[in-house]
Amino acid sequence: MGTGIISRRVYLSSFSWNTLGFSVAANILLPWKSHFGQLLTRTVHQEVNVIESKTPETDDQAVLYVHWPYCAKRCTYCNFNKYVSESVDHERMAQCLETETRTLLKLSGVKQINSIFFGGGTPSLALPSTIERVINTVRDKVTFKPGSEVTLEANPTKLETERLRDFKTVGVNRVSIGVQALNQNHLNLLGREHTVEQSISCVKKAGALFPGRVSVDVIFGRPKQTLEDWRIELHRVLSFCDDHISLYQLTLEAGTPLYRWVKEKQCELPDSDTMADLYSEAIQILGDHGFERYEVSNFARNGAQCSHNWAYWRGMQYIGVGPGAHGRFSIQDGGGPREARIQTPLPDTWMTEVENRGHGTRKSEPLSNQQRLEEMVILGLRTIEGIPSSRWNRLSRNQDLISVFGNSEKVRNMVENNLLYLDESGLRASSHGLMVLDSIIPHLLNVLEKNITVK
Amino acid sequence: MLTQFKFIWHQGVLKRYIQKSLSRRNLLKHTRCFSCAPTLNEKKKVIPDLSQFPVENIRNFCIIAHIDHGKSTLADRLLEVTGTISKSDKNEQVLDRLQVERERGITVKAQTATLFYSYNGQSYMLNLIDTPGHVDFNYEVSRSLTACQGVILLVDANQGVQAQTVANFYLAFEADLTIIPVLNKIDLKNAKPEVVMEQMKNIFEIEPKDVLKVSAKLGTGVNELLEAIVERIPPPKADVMKPLRALVFDTYYDQYRGVITDVAVIDGCIKKGDKLQSSNTKKSYQVQDLGIHQVDEILTHCLYAGQVGYVVMNMKNVKEGQIGDTLVHEGSDVQPHPGFKQAKPMVFAGVYPTDQSKYDELRSAIEKLTLNDSSVSIHIDHSPALGQGWRLGFLGLLHMDVFQQRLEQEFSANVIVTAPNVPYKVKIFGAKNIKMYGGEEVTVLNPCLMPEQEIIKEYYEPLVRGTIIAPDDYVGEMTNLCLGRRGVMKEQIYIDSKRIMFTVILPLNEILVDFYDDLKAVTSGYASFDYEDHGYVPSNLVKITYLLNGKEVEELTMINHVTTARTLARRVCLKLKENIPRQLFKISVQAAVGGNIIAREDIPAYRKDVLAKCYGGDITRKTKLLKQQAEGKKKMRAIGNIDVPKDVFITVLKK
Repeated sequence: MGTGIISRRVYLSSFSWNTLGFSVAANILLPWKSHFGQLLTRTVHQEVNVIESKTPETDDQAVLYVHWPYCAKRCTYCNFNKYVSESVDHERMAQCLETETRTLLKLSGVKQINSIFFGGGTPSLALPSTIERVINTVRDKVTFKPGSEVTLEANPTKLETERLRDFKTVGVNRVSIGVQALNQNHLNLLGREHTVEQSISCVKKAGALFPGRVSVDVIFGRPKQTLEDWRIELHRVLSFCDDHISLYQLTLEAGTPLYRWVKEKQCELPDSDTMADLYSEAIQILGDHGFERYEVSNFARNGAQCSHNWAYWRGMQYIGVGPGAHGRFSIQDGGGPREARIQTPLPDTWMTEVENRGHGTRKSEPLSNQQRLEEMVILGLRTIEGIPSSRWNRLSRNQDLISVFGNSEKVRNMVENNLLYLDESGLRASSHGLMVLDSIIPHLLNVLEKNITVK
Repeated sequence: MLTQFKFIWHQGVLKRYIQKSLSRRNLLKHTRCFSCAPTLNEKKKVIPDLSQFPVENIRNFCIIAHIDHGKSTLADRLLEVTGTISKSDKNEQVLDRLQVERERGITVKAQTATLFYSYNGQSYMLNLIDTPGHVDFNYEVSRSLTACQGVILLVDANQGVQAQTVANFYLAFEADLTIIPVLNKIDLKNAKPEVVMEQMKNIFEIEPKDVLKVSAKLGTGVNELLEAIVERIPPPKADVMKPLRALVFDTYYDQYRGVITDVAVIDGCIKKGDKLQSSNTKKSYQVQDLGIHQVDEILTHCLYAGQVGYVVMNMKNVKEGQIGDTLVHEGSDVQPHPGFKQAKPMVFAGVYPTDQSKYDELRSAIEKLTLNDSSVSIHIDHSPALGQGWRLGFLGLLHMDVFQQRLEQEFSANVIVTAPNVPYKVKIFGAKNIKMYGGEEVTVLNPCLMPEQEIIKEYYEPLVRGTIIAPDDYVGEMTNLCLGRRGVMKEQIYIDSKRIMFTVILPLNEILVDFYDDLKAVTSGYASFDYEDHGYVPSNLVKITYLLNGKEVEELTMINHVTTARTLARRVCLKLKENIPRQLFKISVQAAVGGNIIAREDIPAYRKDVLAKCYGGDITRKTKLLKQQAEGKKKMRAIGNIDVPKDVFITVLKK
C-alpha cells in the first residue's frame, strides 16, 4: 500500500524532547542561555515517533474534512451534528458535497490537498459513489498526491462491513471503526446498533483490506466499568486490532439521553479518580503492545498515526465541507487572514444554500494572531511533539515561546512540577501534563493574553 | 402669612396637612387617602401654630415592648384615635417605613409622630417616639428615651413578661422616666392578665392597680391610655424664654434636602431662617424648613421648648449630622446638653462589594445608611480575596442582617458579608510593641490583625449578661445549652408559678451565630432571650490560622476559645476541602495555632482533566470553553500555586 505517510524516527539528541523529564525540568529555569550548555549535557536522549511534518504549513495546502450528517440511529452519548432520516436523498447530497468542495477549494486558493477525512454522522452509510465523487472533485481541481490519506469513519454493522471493499475501490485507504466497547450491555446502553461479534469481524475484514490503516474507536469510563473489566477488554481489543486506536473517555454532553440518565441517577459514571486509573492503565497496556500515545486520545504503532488529524493539531489549514462542518483557511491564495468557518448545520438548509450559492457557509470570521496562537497552544499541547519553536515563531515573529511564557511564575511552577517542558526547542506537556491539560491550558492562555504584544 | 390664623385642633383638620405623596424618607409611598375638613380651601397650606402648646400641654413618650407584643399596632391606634390618621383596616405598622421593617414585622428605626389630643377642654401635643423592639436596637431605644419623660411599658397579656420587656424596663427605670404599664391583647381568649400582672409585680414591683388593659387591635382601652399619658407623664422641663438648646436625637439623609435632624427643643425656640450652630462642630446653618412629624412631615413656622420636630438646614455632608449634638443659635454660649453614650458595636464583620468596580457606590451607600444608623462603626478593611471593603461594627446579629438587607433594598448594593466576630482585647508587653500598637491594650476587631502570640500578656473577651425567660419544664435543656456555650448561671427567679427567669453570663462570641435558634429549639419556641454588655474578662483565646500548602490564608484567620478551637478548625478545614476544586497540585489544608497544626485535610491533585476529543470541528467550542475557564481563573484568589474561587471564602466565612 502506498500510504503517503512518511514515518520517521526523529532522534532528538540535541535537547528537549525528553519524555522522562526529570533531568530537563530542573534545568529549565531562567536564565535560559547560561543554563543551556548544562542542559545539553544532562539531557537523556530519547526517541519520539512523530510523523514528519512535510512543512505544508504554508497556505497553499490544506486538508479536507467532509461531513456526512446522517445516522441510522442516535447514540445515547452523541451530540454531534447528525440526523436520523428515513429517506436520504443520496443523489442530491452527493451533488451538493461535490459542489461545495469545488467552491471552497476555489475560494481557498489551495494548490494541494494532503488528506481527506469523511466523518459524521455515519459516512459509511453514504454511497461509495458519493465518496468517489468528492475524491474525484479534489483530484480534478488541485494536486492530490497518489497515496494521500483518505479516511472513512465506519460503524461495524454487517451492512457497512460489506461495503468496505467498495469504499476501498473508490479511493478510501484508511478506516476508523466505531467499536466503542466489547461489552454487549454497554453497547446497548450507548445505543450502538452493532454487536461485539460484528465489531470484531468488521475490524478483521478491514485489517485485511487496509493493512496498517485501520483505527478502532473505544470508549472508556462507561457506567460501572471496573479497572479489571477494562484490562480484559483492552487485551481483547489488542488481539484483533490493527495499528491505530483512539481511546475516548465517555463525556456527558448536555441534551443527550445519557446525560439525562446520569442526572436522574439512573446510571452513574466512574468518578474522576477511576477515570484517571482507566486512562493510565490503557496507556500502560497499549504501550506494552507498542502503541504510543501521540495525542491525548490517539495511540499508534508502526507509524500508523493519522496524518489528517495531525494537520488540525499542527494548526494547518483545513477545509470543511458538508452540513455543520468547520474549517480554518484563508481565502485569496493564502494572502488574507485565516478564517474560522462553519457550514450550515441542517442538511436540507445546507443543500438549498449550496444549490443557490455554491456553498453553505453560515459563519466566517477572521482569526486574530492571538486567537491563532491560542489555538496553537490548545491543540499543539495535546500532542507528543507539543509546540515546536519553529511553528510558534512563524506566527509570533517577535516573541518566542520563552519570552512569552518563561517569566510566568505559574508556568515555571508547572515546569518545576514536571507538567510542562519549555526550552528553546519548544513547549510541550509531559506525560502527566497530558492527563491534566485542561487545568494547565487556561493558565497558559492568561499568560499569553498578558504577554503577547501582536494581538 | 398665616401665623395669625387661629387654629382649632380637632380630628379631621390636621389630616388636611398630611401630604399624600412621599413618605418622610422617600422610601415607601403611602397612598392613604385623608378626609379633609370642608371649611378649608383645598389649595391653601395651613401652617399650624405650635405656640398654642405651652410646655405644660406637651407630653413626650415612647412605647417599649418585647418584639411582637403589639407596639406598632398600638401606635397605629393612637394615631387613629387622635385623628392623626383616618380609621382604616389598612393601618398596619404605619410608622414602620422601611421595607425591611414591614417584611420582618419589626421596628428598626425610631420614628416620631406628633398627636394632638383634647382632654378636659385642653389641647395637648403628644409626641410619640416609636422605638425598635429588638435587643440589638437598645441603643435606639435609649436614645429615644432621652427625648421622653415617660414610657408605655407594653406587655402581651398572653405571652407575659419577656426578656426584652425586662431589658426595656430597666432602660426606662434607669432614665428615671414615668412608666405606664399596659397589658395588650386582653381580647384574646387565652389572655392571662392576672398571671402577667403577678409577673410584673414580681419583677418590676408594679402594682396591679396601676396596670392599664388594652386591645390595640380593637382599640379597647386606648382612650383611657391617652388620658393616662396626659395625667401621669410630666411635661418636659423646658423654658421657652431661655436661649435655644435643641438636642439632635436622630438624623437621616434625604437626597434632595441633605441631612434632616430630629430635635427635641429643650429651651427656647427655632424659627425658619434662624442661624443655628452645632455645639460639636461649631458650623452654622440656616434653617430652611422645620416642622413636626405625623405620618409625614408637617411644616411649621416655629418649634418651641419641649416640642419635638425636624429641622432642615442645608447640611449636605452626612458626617456633620451628629446624633447627640446640641443645636444653639449662632454665637450663643449656652452650655450644650450632655450628649449620648456612643453606641457600642458588639459584632464585627467584613463587608465587601461583590464586584470591586462597585466600591465607590457601596461606600456612598454605607455612608448614607450609617447616617440614619449611627450605631454602625466603620473601619476600612482589605482582603486579598475579597478586595477593598470595610469592617463594620454592629450592635448585634439582627442589626447586621438588617443593615445588609437595607443596603440591598434601599441602595441595590450587592455585598459579601463575612462571618461575624466579637471585639477582643489583648494586653501586650515590650516597650517597642506597645509603641507600635499605641498602647498596652489593643482591641482587635479583625482577627487577622491580632498581634503575635509572643507579645501577648493576656487575652480578653467580651461577656454578656443574658436574660432568658421560659417555662420551667425546660430548665434542664436551657442549662445544658448555656453550659455548653461556656455560660455561668447567675440567678433563677420564678416570675410566676410556671415561668422562670434565668440570668446567665455568656461569652458574646458563643451567642453570635446560632444561640437563639438553639434556645428556641430546646424550649419548643417558648424561651425569650435578651442580653446586655457585661464587660471583658481574661480568657484563654487562640488565633487559628489556615494554611493552603503552607501559605497562610489571611482572611480565614479566626479567634476562638481554646476549648473549642480544634472542633472549629476541623469544621473549617472540611468545608475548605469540600469547596476548593481539585487542582493540578495536591493541596494540604491545615489549621494552625501558633506553630501547631490542629486540623488537616488533603485535597488530592486532579489526576485527569482533559477533554476526550479535539478535532477540526471541536476547536471552536473547546477554545471557547478553555477561554471561559481562563477568565474564571483570573477572578480567583491565588494562594501560592492554588487558585481558590472567591465564593469558597464566602461559603466558609458565612454564618
